[in-house]
Amino acid sequence: MSQENQQKYDKVFIRNFNVEPDQLTDLAYQTTPSWDSVGHMALVAELEDAFEIMLEMDDIIDLSSYEEGKRILGKYNIEF
Amino acid sequence: MFFEPLSKFHDRVAFIEENARTYTYAQLLEFGNIVADSVRSRSLLFFVGLNSASSISGYIGFLQKGVVPLLFRHNISPEHFRNLLSVYKPEYLFIPSSRKDLAEGTEPLIEAEGYRLCELKGGVHSELHPDLSLVLMTSGSTGSPKLVRLSGKNILSNAEAIIDYLGITSDDRAITTLPMAYSYGLSIIHSHLLAGATLVLTDAGLMERRFWDLFKTAKPTTFGGVPYTYEMLKRLRFDKLPLPSLRYLTQAGGRLSPELVGEFASICERKGIRFVVMYGQTEATARMAYLPWEKASLKPSSIGMPIPGGSFSLVDDSDHAIEGADISGELVYRGPNVSLGYAETRNDLAKGDENKGVLHTGDIATRDHDGFYYIVGRKKRFLKIFGNRVNLDEIELLIRERGIEAACAGKDDLMKVYLTDSQKREEVISLLAKTTDLNPAAFEIRVIDVIPRDSSGKVLYSLLERELP
Repeated sequence: MSQENQQKYDKVFIRNFNVEPDQLTDLAYQTTPSWDSVGHMALVAELEDAFEIMLEMDDIIDLSSYEEGKRILGKYNIEF
Repeated sequence: MFFEPLSKFHDRVAFIEENARTYTYAQLLEFGNIVADSVRSRSLLFFVGLNSASSISGYIGFLQKGVVPLLFRHNISPEHFRNLLSVYKPEYLFIPSSRKDLAEGTEPLIEAEGYRLCELKGGVHSELHPDLSLVLMTSGSTGSPKLVRLSGKNILSNAEAIIDYLGITSDDRAITTLPMAYSYGLSIIHSHLLAGATLVLTDAGLMERRFWDLFKTAKPTTFGGVPYTYEMLKRLRFDKLPLPSLRYLTQAGGRLSPELVGEFASICERKGIRFVVMYGQTEATARMAYLPWEKASLKPSSIGMPIPGGSFSLVDDSDHAIEGADISGELVYRGPNVSLGYAETRNDLAKGDENKGVLHTGDIATRDHDGFYYIVGRKKRFLKIFGNRVNLDEIELLIRERGIEAACAGKDDLMKVYLTDSQKREEVISLLAKTTDLNPAAFEIRVIDVIPRDSSGKVLYSLLERELP
């Protein structure tokens, strides 16, 4: 289960920001040109679709890095 | 003097920054004077804007001194910047210290408060028209963008009209949500300063905690947004956010869908916020029309009525006025805020008023029986992407210049780029991202066998979009 979530999670980031898998761990808001406010909104939409959740406002604005996102999804019972 | 009224707001707070630092109008004018003192009047200055106290103070100082700034966004690419440096040969640069890459090998005259002022050796001191006060870019820049020439009268009359119809008072606090160098963002700065109000300054966006932390402490009464901003607010569940300090919200920079206008109008009504849909272009300094907030629910697809001091007419293909209701024609605006004209070279900055107060907007509109206007189409092929005008023909040309067959169509916030060679997909995406400075999410690449054309070789866009919905 958790590995499946990990793959799903990685896939969203890779596709949405057009990055390589080895860039994921350091990925954060505005560290790559495609992660601006526009990219952020697309990311939120894709995560919500992929994991069938609705993120709260506080979680949307705190989702500022790849790693932080995993912690936030944990609040929605998504285990990694 | 230009922006003379600012001196009477002396001890009032002009700016609140993220670190809770506040600046009075007196401090604004003092910093403005210091930087403007080092430059010659009637010279051209490239100004890279931030939503910060030093940036806006410097800007006001330059305008008061009669220095003509050409405004850039802080994320301008070095290539674009260099390209325009070679075309316009400005005498000075005023740039954030964080962007000193834009002025390599130049010693600053002044470096203070996160900004540096540089004098350029290659600057030519050619004549600038006496009425010219400010130069703005029209859109996401591709190649050599057309610049808009604005006078002091343009700026002041538009700001005064906006203060009038929005009812801005010195108790208002506007938080920045748009770049300073974007005409809509700049118009919010102009109108609130002239009303003696406070600007809450940040370059953080709605998707960042920094923005909302500042929002909580500074308690702004207003902000503006392009259609995309309202999409973000919807995603942030604006209806559930407790934002009691807000008094009015504005929307411009492209058409917000009537569904979203209706939705925001009713949420705002419930929260006691005035929601004002507006219409404008950089060619008219910023604003041409507004929909009174009481009408937003009733006429959610309307751009409203002309701003105070302005007027609209509709004309047919032979430039004859259309009098009847519900008949479409090109929207023509008349008013003191219509720009002097365009510039494509430095010499154009010596030109006077070419528009003479009349602007053919390029938008096709209708007028209803109550005198409200509706945009129903565009004369030219362009899209509004995240509030920026992007010309489809220019983008097409840009790709074809690389020897790649392409056609561009689509809708606002999503351009569709049709290619016949799937191998070129990556090259085109990176070319578009680099030349427009827009997020790649704005472009959808579609590969087709052949681009449909008529016998004369013209691309059949209607067929292109019908075949591939």
